[in-house]
Amino acid sequence: MSTATAPALGATSRSGVLDRVDARVQAAVPDRLARPVVAVAALATAASAFLAWAYSGSFPGNLTVYGYPGGAQVYVVVLAALTAVVAVVGPTPAGRRFLPAGTTGAVRVLSFGTVAIVLFTVAAIAVEGGGLVWVVWGGFLAVVLALLLLAAGRALRPDERRFRPGVHPAPVEFVVIGLVLGAALFAFVEALAIAEPPVFAAYAIAVATGVVAASRVGWGRVIGAMSGRHSGVTVTAAFLMAAAFPFTQGADNRWLNVAANIGIFATVAIGLNIVVGLAGLLDLGYIAFLGVGAYVGALLSGAAASTIGWHPPFLVIMLLGAASSALFGIIIGAPTLRLRGDYLAIVTLGFGEIFRITVNNLDGSSGPKITNGPNGIPGVPDLKMFGFDFGQPHTIFGVELGYFANYFFFELLLMVFVVIVFVRANASRIGRAWVAIREDETAAAAMGINTVRLKLLAFAGGATLAGMVGTVQAHVTSSVTPDQYQFINSAFLLAAVVLGGMGRVQGALLGSVLLLLLPEKFRFFADKQLLFFGLALVLMMRFRPEGLIPNARRAREFHEHDDEADALGAPPGAPVAHATKVDRL
Amino acid sequence: MSTQARPAPTQESSGGPALLEARGVTMRFGGLTAVSSVDLEVRQGEIVGLIGPNGAGKTTFFNCLTGMYQPTSGTVVYKGATLSSKPYLVTSAGIARTFQNIRLFPNMTALENVMVGRHSRTSVGILSAIGRGPKYRREERESDERGRELLAFVGMDGTADMLAKNLPYGDQRRLEIARALASDPGLLLLDEPTAGMNPQETREASVLVRKIRELGIAVVVIEHDMRFIFGLCDRVAVLVRGQKLVEGTPDVVQSDERVIAAYIGEPAAPDSPEETLS
Repeated sequence: MSTATAPALGATSRSGVLDRVDARVQAAVPDRLARPVVAVAALATAASAFLAWAYSGSFPGNLTVYGYPGGAQVYVVVLAALTAVVAVVGPTPAGRRFLPAGTTGAVRVLSFGTVAIVLFTVAAIAVEGGGLVWVVWGGFLAVVLALLLLAAGRALRPDERRFRPGVHPAPVEFVVIGLVLGAALFAFVEALAIAEPPVFAAYAIAVATGVVAASRVGWGRVIGAMSGRHSGVTVTAAFLMAAAFPFTQGADNRWLNVAANIGIFATVAIGLNIVVGLAGLLDLGYIAFLGVGAYVGALLSGAAASTIGWHPPFLVIMLLGAASSALFGIIIGAPTLRLRGDYLAIVTLGFGEIFRITVNNLDGSSGPKITNGPNGIPGVPDLKMFGFDFGQPHTIFGVELGYFANYFFFELLLMVFVVIVFVRANASRIGRAWVAIREDETAAAAMGINTVRLKLLAFAGGATLAGMVGTVQAHVTSSVTPDQYQFINSAFLLAAVVLGGMGRVQGALLGSVLLLLLPEKFRFFADKQLLFFGLALVLMMRFRPEGLIPNARRAREFHEHDDEADALGAPPGAPVAHATKVDRL
Repeated sequence: MSTQARPAPTQESSGGPALLEARGVTMRFGGLTAVSSVDLEVRQGEIVGLIGPNGAGKTTFFNCLTGMYQPTSGTVVYKGATLSSKPYLVTSAGIARTFQNIRLFPNMTALENVMVGRHSRTSVGILSAIGRGPKYRREERESDERGRELLAFVGMDGTADMLAKNLPYGDQRRLEIARALASDPGLLLLDEPTAGMNPQETREASVLVRKIRELGIAVVVIEHDMRFIFGLCDRVAVLVRGQKLVEGTPDVVQSDERVIAAYIGEPAAPDSPEETLS
């Protein structure tokens, strides 16, 4: 009846309370009965989702019907059934083979997800209706059963199985990588298709639970090892999946528009990741560089409101936008990059605001008439390149795609470019010098690194990429105003980088998707967005300071006592070894 | 130049032309004179010890040599050229150093740390790195090879992929030396390389320093371990309160009364000076 901590669960700093609960439950339920008990509890929970939960049919998914789960109930059924299967299959030969890291962690995570959905849904019914009276007994039963399931999960003995991911024939690994990415695309499209916020919340919980559970059974490490062996294939496949996204939306522009915005945001975030994640320069005014590019793009776009008549081809505009932004970056960077840490952050914050205020004042009355001041430059026409009109829907492979798909594809190309720049710079002496500067600037200088010059290179390089993307953004948003380039947007970009995982491309991508998608799904978020956002960041810093997808180096930095600290394998609640590093950012 | 091989071993260890010539180096911080008019000459392939009580200004003197401080007055000439006060230029000129308190890049691997040391001997630019041109590939391969070679040289084979901060203490000290050697220096400045080491590790360190000298690299070493210094160095300079007290062979220095006095103190001195510099 030992309650020794289980390294595989990352449970080294588990609270004493939970340990005592485990001890009690494990004393009450003999080892050989634990799994059957879990399975029964899980099936009972799944069955309870077939009952009616609500009196009012107005709750999304119509939970008033007996024998037919709807809305969030579906996810309860799925998660609970999965819990039962995992619990039963775990000790079998197949389980040992396909769930190599053990199943206790997964069972606990899955049962936790089930409870979360049940509680959330019942609470939502009560809140929506105006009291617990709106909850039918089936709902209460589901709560009780789910809690029982959660308790039963504690009866399982902790995972102890260590394993080394095996190597499979390349075609098998390709198929697995493809399936995982396909599943990700499917989950994403499915998420977009769910219109009702409560159902979406349940869905989000279910997906997150599934992902964490998959990593607990060892799939995270298996897939991580596979994609590590075939990184080129993985990246290519990921971009193909992204490129397949518009085909799931067809002519409907609603989500394509959001995707186009995410594309811009993510590309800029990756650029910022060079500055912050690699070189360690905390740039709080990065959005200004996007702004420079956007203004260049808008002014030269031939828009009626533009004060410049010249309208060169777009590729020229893009280069000009990148060059102006780089110039701006050098002008700001040259004097300020001698500063370190917090001082640099403050100065960049200031320069970011100077950009916005200057643009606000170049309206003809406070200054020369260039940017139309607060009105900005509206009516930026759609892009036209090589006779291809980005403003028109096009039919590709027999599918008519909304016109935002054109921008999305173009942004993907741009993103590929930025990713290549990021990855290749990182793997060169320049990238090593950046990281060295981040780690110890004095030692870096003593190793022959011209720190000022390399910091300037990172700063200007990041600015160049942002400026390039900015010219595209002007066309996507079709109007450019100073308000789009406020400080808060810099903070958002930085948050996407930190949230996703610094110094890593996937991190910035995931962070961008989450930050732009969630407010779209939860409209009520809109006015409280910053509140949630701050909360999320605080929680992140406490529980997973290395970001959702940390790079291996940072994961080790924060979880050095954790054997499982690989990309996906580190559990979200894992203990934080050295959170102090965070404030250095 | 980027592919410069190790300097050839020299036949004579002293008597050659001066590799490094520090003349009248003085460093003042406000009213405090940390280093006062110190001269030091280092010839090719020589091992010179720099000793002195705590706060004597040894590390400050090192910082003046490596451009981390701009000396208040005095000049430092290396291979006939006056050194700049920019650390990275000093390193590319051929002077490498280690730090008293280990200053590795903790979250980089051992190999990456050494490869950073190659920075001044490689020249590929950002565009070539992004384009993965032939020069990039050649330099990367060479840096990688040279890095592993140096790790082996300091006795750290097999640790290439370990994070620097997870290395044992002795390895961290050795890694710092490997990183410094990566810049193909003609002169290596070691700041207390055996601090915190046990006698066994100290012996290994002195073997390593001799091996470095065999490569033709001159070494200046600050150390408090007298057995280490006197057993290793060709010449020892004693710094006391910012001034060079004595300089000479270990035997001479060891028996000099002023040195003994500086370390142990003179019994009858009415106002024995307290060392307050750090």
